[in-house]
Amino acid sequence: MQITVELLATLEKYAPETVQRPAAGRPFELDVPEPSTITGVLTQLGIPEREVKVAFVDGRARASIFRLAPGAEVGIFPPIGGG
Amino acid sequence: MWIVRANMSDLSCKLKEVPEQYRTLGGRGLTSTIIYDEVDPQCHPLGPNNKLVFAPGMLTGTSAPTSARVSVGCKSPLTGGIKESNAGSAWAPNIAKMGIKALIIEGKADGYWTLHLSCADGKPVAKFVAADEYTGRCLFDVYPEVFKAFGEKVDVAGIGTSGEFGYPDSGIVFQDMKKRPTRYAGRGGVGAVMGSKGLKFIVLDAAGAPGVDIADEELFKTGAKKMRDALMQHDVTKPKGGLNTYGTCVLINVMNEAGGLPTRSFRSGRFEGAAKIAGEAIFETNKARMGKEIYNHNCSPGCIIRCSNTVYAKDGSEIASCVEYESDWSLGANCGIDDLDKIAKMVHLCNAYGLDTIEAGVTIGVAMDSGLLEFGDADGAIGLLEEMGKGTPLGRLLGMGAADVAKAFGNPRSPTVKGQAMPAYEPRAVKGIAVTYATTTMGADHTAGYTIAPEMLGVGGTSDPLKVEMAKADLSLAFQKTTALIDSSGHCLFIAFAILDIASGFDGFIEEINGVLGTSMTGDEAVELGADILRRERAFNEKAGFTNADDRLPEFMAIEPLPPHNVVSELSDELLDSVYGQL
Repeated sequence: MQITVELLATLEKYAPETVQRPAAGRPFELDVPEPSTITGVLTQLGIPEREVKVAFVDGRARASIFRLAPGAEVGIFPPIGGG
Repeated sequence: MWIVRANMSDLSCKLKEVPEQYRTLGGRGLTSTIIYDEVDPQCHPLGPNNKLVFAPGMLTGTSAPTSARVSVGCKSPLTGGIKESNAGSAWAPNIAKMGIKALIIEGKADGYWTLHLSCADGKPVAKFVAADEYTGRCLFDVYPEVFKAFGEKVDVAGIGTSGEFGYPDSGIVFQDMKKRPTRYAGRGGVGAVMGSKGLKFIVLDAAGAPGVDIADEELFKTGAKKMRDALMQHDVTKPKGGLNTYGTCVLINVMNEAGGLPTRSFRSGRFEGAAKIAGEAIFETNKARMGKEIYNHNCSPGCIIRCSNTVYAKDGSEIASCVEYESDWSLGANCGIDDLDKIAKMVHLCNAYGLDTIEAGVTIGVAMDSGLLEFGDADGAIGLLEEMGKGTPLGRLLGMGAADVAKAFGNPRSPTVKGQAMPAYEPRAVKGIAVTYATTTMGADHTAGYTIAPEMLGVGGTSDPLKVEMAKADLSLAFQKTTALIDSSGHCLFIAFAILDIASGFDGFIEEINGVLGTSMTGDEAVELGADILRRERAFNEKAGFTNADDRLPEFMAIEPLPPHNVVSELSDELLDSVYGQL
């Protein structure tokens, strides 16, 4: 099934080569097996789980075992802070 | 240490011993206590009875890492309530090292003056020098002249034309590590209070300064080491970590993803141009233009987090330093503007004129929302800032801030609380920060109780940002208390990212304070200090005429659902009143 993924901050380096750089904040389509979880997406993109702090699905933070529906919009980011 | 009282009415200065009850206060704790003790809450903020207090933090001037901050306090011309605003600059540790625990500006002068403070025999010495030649001018032109006049090693705090015009939207500027006028005690119109007293600059010559007293060196050093270790270890604050690499603007993409990035004057929580102005885009733009990766720098001496950026132009010159998340958002997404170079130019203009970027950006957003300009009109927004800097009639109207501009245009969509513009987190999409905006004594303010840490960033635990529950009141209050303590310590608030997750870092923070002051507080007792500060601020506001009715979010947010989550504001009066009700 197709989902959309956005990688933020230091995780942007894991975006597929076809994604225009800077890849941060640029959504790209990803074909994933059905069913898939966030952990599955990380594995597919080669992102070490320890580098991930929060994953959003359709604008809500979800645990790594969250099951994705077709068309889900997933945003993944590392530990960051701001003001 | 001394309290220095500068009387602008007769251009005199007195040194006073520190009263016993102020001995263990610093930063916000000291400014708010002095304002509470000495200022009539019903005074006119621009009249002779308001006071302007500068106080370095309890740890400022020591070797505690990332502790070079000064608090500025007064009655705010923007909110009409108590105000504390703080900045990071070498000015802060130097005033502490000169033995000045608080500098209190009183009365009102004719014309404009520079207050020059230096040291003789270990004591502060004051003199007043006429400053009219510096008025009505761009701060970037004037700062080099001030350094030339008083010496290259001095520290300079001051106001721009917006403070001279008395704008509620004016801040007090302090020099950065390159002596540029870019670091701000920004919020609440503190610049207008300084201008109303005829004070243009405060110059410090710290040569011969006696230094800061530390009661228990061993305890302090133990604490400072734990703090340093925590900052160096945590992924957000460590070298080449989140803040050092991408700065605070890294939040643009995150808040956009979460649907909580206020866009086009709080009409939506997502901005289609977010990726073009985010911290990652700044990093890549600088890399492409300068030919190398540029990591961020420190705003003040002793900071090891180093989160400040510079945005460079194609020709390698600087457009602005620094472009923070709040400024990038207020002049960017909030105005529908996605041109990074133009946003950086607007930040530079705010710095040139002495404006609070948050209030200025939200004001321009309200002006756009009211039809004065189209959203996305960056050149139009630049034109409005220039009018503000020159003090044209439209500029003066805009200088009043977002709430009054909304009123002038008959626009009920005023994204403000207690007259102060909301910062870069949509309260409908982040319920904890909504509670902070509504209830803090400061007016809509994000740093006052930064629940974003658990609600968005997974720091200090996790909390669902969209859930309305009484626990949000507890969360906001806990953050407000701890923040009041951090604001009193002189540490940058960003230590919170590390000490909320690393217990030894928090222990070190308490040991630092006990070591310097000679106290023996537990962590809970120290946080209770924070609670006391809030009680005093609240009492001042009540006497100034504030009631629970002022602890509410704007009506339009209860009516308009915010895309993409289509949420409205639905915090009950009971929930909001429980925050200070339980204090």
